[in-house]
Amino acid sequence: MGQRVAAVGFGQTYHRSRRDDVNGIELIGEAVRSALEDAELTIDDIDAIVIGNMDHFEAVNYMDNWSADGTGAFMKPVFKVTTGGTTGTTVGIAGYHHVASEMFDVVLAVGWEKNSESDTTGAIITCSDPIFDRFSFSGALPGLAVEASAYMKQYGVKEEDAARVAVRDRRHGALNPYSHLQSEITTEDVLNSTMLSYPVKLLDICPRTDGAGAVIFAGERKAKKISPRPAWVIGTSVRHANCYFGDVDYTANDSLKYATRELFGNVGIKEPLKELDLVELYQPYTFAGLKWMEYMGICGPGESPQLVWDGVTDLGGELPFNPSGGVLCTNCIGATGMLRIGEAALQIQGKAGARQVEGANLALATGFGGTFWTDMMLLSSRPW
Amino acid sequence: MSSSGETELIKLQEVADLPYHWSAGKYGSKFLRSLRDEKKLWGTRCPQCEKVYFPPREVCGPCFAYIDEWVELSTEGTLMAFSVVNFPFIDPELGDKRPVPYTFGYIQLDGCDTAMSHFVNEHDHTKLSGGMRVKAVFKEDGQRVGNMLDILYFEIKEKQ
Repeated sequence: MGQRVAAVGFGQTYHRSRRDDVNGIELIGEAVRSALEDAELTIDDIDAIVIGNMDHFEAVNYMDNWSADGTGAFMKPVFKVTTGGTTGTTVGIAGYHHVASEMFDVVLAVGWEKNSESDTTGAIITCSDPIFDRFSFSGALPGLAVEASAYMKQYGVKEEDAARVAVRDRRHGALNPYSHLQSEITTEDVLNSTMLSYPVKLLDICPRTDGAGAVIFAGERKAKKISPRPAWVIGTSVRHANCYFGDVDYTANDSLKYATRELFGNVGIKEPLKELDLVELYQPYTFAGLKWMEYMGICGPGESPQLVWDGVTDLGGELPFNPSGGVLCTNCIGATGMLRIGEAALQIQGKAGARQVEGANLALATGFGGTFWTDMMLLSSRPW
Repeated sequence: MSSSGETELIKLQEVADLPYHWSAGKYGSKFLRSLRDEKKLWGTRCPQCEKVYFPPREVCGPCFAYIDEWVELSTEGTLMAFSVVNFPFIDPELGDKRPVPYTFGYIQLDGCDTAMSHFVNEHDHTKLSGGMRVKAVFKEDGQRVGNMLDILYFEIKEKQ
C-alpha cells in the first residue's frame, strides 16, 4: 500500500477583513468551487474531505457537519482536524496522508475562518491552560513580542530590520488579487505604526481576515490525468512541543529546527538557500521572517537581516519568501496554513500570475501555532 | 421596509454566558492550597532529567516519566522575558475588556527550570530588562482563594 501524491487544484476566496455578505458555509463553498474549477473536477470526483478551523472562533460545534453544503461532503467521508495556528497545514498534511495511504484517490482539504465573527484574541486565549496560564495570557502577540525582544538582544537586530520584512511581503501582496492587504508600505510606515506590544507594532503583525482555502490532493495514477503539471508532495514533517507557556524557550525555535532537519534530511537538501525556489512561511509577524530563516538553516544565526536587506528573499531574489504576500497580508487563521500549501502548489504549477517565481520547481510551505509548533510540506515539480 | 431594502445584510449577536468548572487535579490542588494557606510555591522534579517544573505536574513531557517528588520553590526569581500589552481585548474569563496597559512576564523562580507566566507591576518597557530580579507580591491573608491571582504581581527587587 502507498502511493505518491500531488496537489492538483487550489481555490481561495477574495480575502477581506469582513465578509458580511456570506455565512461560513457560503465562504467555504466559494473556495471549494474555485478549487474544483481549477482542477477541472466535479464534486463527484472527490472521495473524501478534510476540513479545519480554529476552535471557539465561530463557536459552531460539529463544524464538519454544519459546513457539508459548502464542502460538498453530503454522503462522503469528512474529517475535522484542528491544531491551532497550524490547522491549515495539518489539514493539508492529513489530506496528503489520506491519499498516500491509497485508501482514497482524490481528497479535498479545506481550511477557513471568519475572524470577524468573534474577538480573535479572546478566542485564542481559550487555547491556554485555564488554571495556570489563562489569567495573564493575552493571545498570540505577547509570546511573539517576547521572542522578538530576546532575538534583538541576542544578535543586535533592529526594529528597522524587521520592518524591511513587512515592506517585502506587502509589496508581494500587492501583486496578489486575493490578498486581504494590497497596498505597499515603507519601513518608516512600519516604524511609525502604533506600538502594540513592544517591540511589535501594528504593521509588524498579521491582520485578522475572513477567508477560506481549498487544495485538492490526488494519487499518482490520477494526478497526471487531472493536471498537466501536478505539484508533488515530496515530504512533510510535524513537531509539536510544550503545553504550558512558561516551558517554552522563546530564545530558540526547536520545533522549526527539528522539523526542518527531518524534512531536508529525508529529501537530501543540504543547501536550502540554493536548492529551494521559494518559501511560503507561516510568518505571523516580521521578526519571524528573520529569526526563523536562521532556525531553518537558510543562513547562520544573526545573518538573516543582511539577506533580507540585500533582496535575497524578494521576488526576483535567490530565494523569494512569501511571494503571495504571506500571512502579513492575509490571515484567515484556519485557512492560513492551507494558503501556504496552495500558494506553493500554484507556484510549482506555474499558475501564480504576477507573483510567479520564475522556474519554481521546489517550494516549501510551513505552518506555525501553539507553543511554537511546526508543520512543513515540500512540493516539487518532480515526483519523489 | 428599511431604506436599505433588499441589499441589507443582517448580523446577529449572541452574548454567551457559558460557565465552566476546571479540575486542578491532585498536583495543581496541592500547589494552589499551599499558595492560598501558606504563600508557598511548589514544583515537581522529574526523576529522569531532574528538571524542576512549574506548574507542578504528574508527568515530564519530554521524558514521559511519572513524577512524585515535590520541591519548594522560591517566591523570588528572574524576569526571563516580558511584554507590555497595550491593546484592548475581551478576557474570555470575565467577558469584559482586560485593563491595559499591563506587563506580561515569564518569571523563572529560583529552584525551578521552567517559567511562570504572570504580571509585573512596571508598565514602562524602558525600565524593564531580561535578567532583572523580581519577587512575588501576595494578596493579604484571608483574601487568598486558591488561584494564580493570589499572587497579585511580581515587583522588581532592585533597580539595575
